Amino acid sequence: MKINNKSFDYLDALEAEAIYILREVAGQFERPALLFSGGKDSILLVHLALKAFRPGKFPFPLVHIDTGHNFEEVLAFRDYLANTIGEKLIVRKVEDSIQKHRLQDPKGRFPSRNALQTYTLLDTIEEFEFDACIGGARRDEEKARAKERIFSVRDAFGQWNPKAQRPELWHILNGRLDKGENMRVFPISNWTELDVWNYIRRENIMIPSIYRAHLRECVRLESGQLLAVTPHIRLEPTDEIVQLPVRFRTVGDATCTAAVESSATTLEAIIEEVIQARVSERGMTRLDDKLSETAMEDRKKNGYF
Amino acid sequence: MDVLKFITCGSVDDGKSTLIGRLLWDSEAVSLDIREAIERQRKHNGQETVELALLTDGLRAEREQGITIDVAYKYFTTKKRKFIIADAPGHIQYTRNMITAASNADVAIVLIDARFGVVEQTVRHTLLASLLNLTQIVVAVNKMDLVGYEEAIFEQIKTKYLVLTNRLKLPKVTFIPMSAKNGDNVVTSSENIIWYKGETLLNYLETIPIIPPQTAESRFQVQYVIRPQGSDYRGYAGRIQSGVYRKGDKILVLPSDLPSEIVKIEENLQEVETAIAGQSVVLHLKDNIDISRGDSIVVQGATVEVGSQLQAYLCWFDEKQALTNGARLLLQNGSNTVKVIVQSIDYQLDISTLEKIEVEKATLNAIVKVRLRTAQPIVFDTYNTNRQTGSFVLVHPNNHHTVAAGMIVLNENE
Repeated sequence: MKINNKSFDYLDALEAEAIYILREVAGQFERPALLFSGGKDSILLVHLALKAFRPGKFPFPLVHIDTGHNFEEVLAFRDYLANTIGEKLIVRKVEDSIQKHRLQDPKGRFPSRNALQTYTLLDTIEEFEFDACIGGARRDEEKARAKERIFSVRDAFGQWNPKAQRPELWHILNGRLDKGENMRVFPISNWTELDVWNYIRRENIMIPSIYRAHLRECVRLESGQLLAVTPHIRLEPTDEIVQLPVRFRTVGDATCTAAVESSATTLEAIIEEVIQARVSERGMTRLDDKLSETAMEDRKKNGYF
Repeated sequence: MDVLKFITCGSVDDGKSTLIGRLLWDSEAVSLDIREAIERQRKHNGQETVELALLTDGLRAEREQGITIDVAYKYFTTKKRKFIIADAPGHIQYTRNMITAASNADVAIVLIDARFGVVEQTVRHTLLASLLNLTQIVVAVNKMDLVGYEEAIFEQIKTKYLVLTNRLKLPKVTFIPMSAKNGDNVVTSSENIIWYKGETLLNYLETIPIIPPQTAESRFQVQYVIRPQGSDYRGYAGRIQSGVYRKGDKILVLPSDLPSEIVKIEENLQEVETAIAGQSVVLHLKDNIDISRGDSIVVQGATVEVGSQLQAYLCWFDEKQALTNGARLLLQNGSNTVKVIVQSIDYQLDISTLEKIEVEKATLNAIVKVRLRTAQPIVFDTYNTNRQTGSFVLVHPNNHHTVAAGMIVLNENE
């Protein structure tokens, strides 16, 4: 269908759907928040929110749950973006939750604070009385995610109950909540990794530099995965340290997000690699999902985003 | 490139998950690590062929029971099209999930086990598909390998199924004999079924036309009013439900019935002359009138219904509480929510025999014809003329669960 001299293709359809979902959040909730990590999916959400609400202000702040294990480039980009668009950014640290709840900071060579993020997120929800949290999860990431609703209810403990999910029909999103309940909202549920990259290229969206190939010192793990050398991991004398051109496909905790060898410095080259890639995004680069077949489902039930 | 959304439905062991697994596996939509994991599992269990259903059965409870209990969404792309699959479960108690999956689909794949032919579940799923106006149906006669790839068996099933679709007044149905397990006629043509000259399932999915929603009349619902502080900007944000809007269109705001004119349309922060169904836009009107979330803006001369009396088919979703006459609930149609009273349950549709049965109440998964009265008038169409504006959900006023899906029908007399 040609209209305004351009066709309304699937990326336009995905964009229009995401904007629709964001506006439903604005229309249905009192105190929503947009969870913003500085990763490409949350940057995409900000871009879509600009399209949904400008020239007005966002009807929600950006909220970052900071594990303290982040890549510096990503934090710098987070602050830069919030500043440029002139929207409020709230940062809450996992470090503070560890103190407050006397939690055990994970030990080991690659200590992941992913599990602890849940505490900080729930504390933050309580502190600001957020009734809805918008996140950048996609159904193509993982099997448990493939069944998640766009409006997904969490109980007062932040838990997801996959068996009691509300049916979601047509384009109707039921955002009504009981006291203590909280909604997680996923506007880019139907996007794939490739869709995200194609859209970033089309819209010329700025992303942190670590998504493009760059020279970096990494540890080569027994599994063959590459982990960036940062102060957050413990090196052993026997470790194989390599200096390689790498890029990151996902951006999470620096202790459990692996890099992939790559020479892709442009978006075109990245997209070419994504098309060629024979390994899924999470499988390749998340150490934490490998723990068990149901790792993601277990974490979601416990309030992980 | 366009997107085709389809659902798969059939009985519990018809091999739905295997079929989807086969589509993903053979069209190479499965990434290497997942292929390896499934291969590992095969070796671990000492099986000969890989368990394709593992690709879609995501939740632990499902793996334990070996059945699909919830709708799983899967994505794959071929050179011709992008596909979104909603894998709907076959168990009777999960009818609501099938309706959920079907509500946004373009095509339904109805699976039939060649050994058993048309069974009660086949009738149910076909009736639900027709109720949801899902008129593009392809019948996958699966497990042909278990009946010796016999043409006569395929023909018998075809004849029997056509009796059903004729009764439901469903248009053309396509039949494909296949074996999802062995890959016959799913992605590649079968060497075992030489008597079949038709296309493979993937071929069918790649080429079937998608009915565009912009052919219907113009419908737009306000989701959110954009009104920046200290500015006279006032834009009505929403997604065009159907039809086309043009700058200069004379419009009516409903249900208030106030006339005005579109002076500006914005899409993606840019001014455009026209906008079509599916686009998220901001409309600006000539007159400063009172418009809020949930109001509709239609082009003058439209044949839209505005009223508080409506009749509809409901599928009841609540396992704890039955629907009875006089129930007070909330009705959400798009971005609009109103209070509603169920005035009467006219009858229940027996989804196995298609008979109308008189009932006092509707229990989980019942399909009933009801009369409703809303507290404020709403803007609507019949479901068969407009999926977006002819549909609604009912929400429980206390626990806020979505307790029913509704499809509006023409008002019948008492």
